[in-house]
Amino acid sequence: MTHTVLVTGVSRHIGARVSNMLAADPDIDRVIGVDTVPPPSLTRDGGVSLGRTEFVRVDLRSPDIAQVIAAADIDTVVHMSLVSAPSRGGGRAAMKEHNIIGTMQLLGACQRSATVRRVVVRSTTAVYGSSPRDPAVFTEDLEPHDGPSHGYAKDACEVEGYVRGFARRRPDVTVSLLRFANFMGPGVDSPLTRYFTQPVLPTVLGFDPRLQFVHEDDAVEVLRRMATEDHPGTYNVAGAGVLLLSQCVRRAGRLSMPLFSPAFEALGNAARRLGLVEYSPEQLKLMCYGRAVETSRLEAELGWKPKFSTGAAFEDFLRSRGLHPLGGVPS
Amino acid sequence: MSVSHEDDDGRVIPITAAPSYEQADPDPLAELLAFLRRRLDGDYEVDEFGYDPELTDKIFLELVRPLYNHWFRVETVELHNVPEEGGALVVANHSGTLPLDALMLQVAMHDDVHRPLRLLGADLVYQLPLLSHLARKTGHTLACREDADRLLRKGELVGVFPEGFKGVGKPFSERYKLQRFGRGGFVASAIRAGVPILPTAIVGAEEIFPKIGDVKSLARLLGLPYVPITPFFPLLGPLGLVPLPSKWMIEFGEPIRTDHYEPEAADDPMVVFNVTDHVREVIQQMLNELRLRRGHAFPPFL
Repeated sequence: MTHTVLVTGVSRHIGARVSNMLAADPDIDRVIGVDTVPPPSLTRDGGVSLGRTEFVRVDLRSPDIAQVIAAADIDTVVHMSLVSAPSRGGGRAAMKEHNIIGTMQLLGACQRSATVRRVVVRSTTAVYGSSPRDPAVFTEDLEPHDGPSHGYAKDACEVEGYVRGFARRRPDVTVSLLRFANFMGPGVDSPLTRYFTQPVLPTVLGFDPRLQFVHEDDAVEVLRRMATEDHPGTYNVAGAGVLLLSQCVRRAGRLSMPLFSPAFEALGNAARRLGLVEYSPEQLKLMCYGRAVETSRLEAELGWKPKFSTGAAFEDFLRSRGLHPLGGVPS
Repeated sequence: MSVSHEDDDGRVIPITAAPSYEQADPDPLAELLAFLRRRLDGDYEVDEFGYDPELTDKIFLELVRPLYNHWFRVETVELHNVPEEGGALVVANHSGTLPLDALMLQVAMHDDVHRPLRLLGADLVYQLPLLSHLARKTGHTLACREDADRLLRKGELVGVFPEGFKGVGKPFSERYKLQRFGRGGFVASAIRAGVPILPTAIVGAEEIFPKIGDVKSLARLLGLPYVPITPFFPLLGPLGLVPLPSKWMIEFGEPIRTDHYEPEAADDPMVVFNVTDHVREVIQQMLNELRLRRGHAFPPFL
């Protein structure tokens, strides 16, 4: 059987690595990568080679994606094109449109398609929110007390809703929904990785949240397996263990600046207006209450464990950025 | 004090053994520097609940221990009833206006049984700055079904005060009268995990802040369950926050087994209510006897 895989969001790091990996798989005949912007240049911007991926520039919000799917007899769709922070120019409205309308268009096209057999969607553990009234560790079936009401996490909740609707309407299609913890690793460039490279890190006074990371290599491996094997269901993906924010700050050899939560919020908003950081209100809750997830369902399903624990993933990130503890020697 | 060796296997632990952090080390200064360096570099582990055993043993319990040994002179009895390993649910009475009994129970378990106690606390604790992360770092978590089940599955010693705010905030006139035991969620958790319930009586906490009044309007305003008035607070200001040095005793009763129930019994309200009532009666009886045994709250004066 011939395999043709469509990967959305290939112009970003993880998407590019996934499509590169799939393109290297001899069982897969074609990999079609789509994104709204062209992939970054390999030499100049540190882009990742897409291998023999055929790149098609498509705005996911337009019905063009249906033509791509219809024309190429695609059987597997890997949807990675969720934007976690508003872009410099577009702002929150464009981001929301990209995430939600983009997913609706893609799933609509999949629903029409007679060839699509497998759909893999990237989501985030942010859908659980962060609350003092929720259990310390989230399992996939848990209904959070205070679901997210802002930004990326809310988009991800809505995307998941559409994915579940699609799975109901097309029970013949294998649908895998992956809730990733924050990506961490040498190539990851996210609001969180940029946060840790600042010299002084604002934190919320009186709170020390638990954080969890997944190494980019493990994330790519999980996506590869999900795209090439049938694993229907919803899975949390995170490295084993947790790190406290204070631990991360110390391991990175940074200084923390504890602020009262209103001051933290004001600083975040001011920095966002200046275009320095992407700050949204759900980040304040994460910085207060933290979040950890259970990954045993994924491990049982795949018979595989992420190679990097949360601590090891953070260590690898620190090494790549040349960060080390204050007392430590650079390795 | 003679140098004692740590024995992690829990085979031979004399009751008088030094706490586990006092390892044989030729150079305490080197040890201290290594400790400071580990803390500064973030080179320590916390579990998924945020429990930091090193911080708890070497800093937090050290700070609380003088209160335990010298201020309240806590005495533990029937220690042999506490299982040396495996999951168990410690169920205790709650009193004292401020939950110092939780801290003392934690020290008792650490020093006398050499097991960390993982308490289940009210969600108010986890909303407050400082208190929330202190509670997590010292091994405690939110009282909810998922966290209780997870800790018991891991074979931890889990502690719970089923009276909650009704117990800790009751007036002095109702001292040593157990309040209602919630909805019995703790019993359901024990049945699901098949672990024994360890009824525990704490005598002495009732007298530390005798609550004789309550500023209800201020409590509502601050979102707190109560704002207490004691004979010394707020009369003496911050000085009124010093707990009275009552004599304490903690007794561990015979474990109540739950493994003869099917796990499905956790969803049977009749079973859960019956076990809840039984545990409550056992603890009330233990309290009555232990209070007589302790005698005066403030020896030798009263």
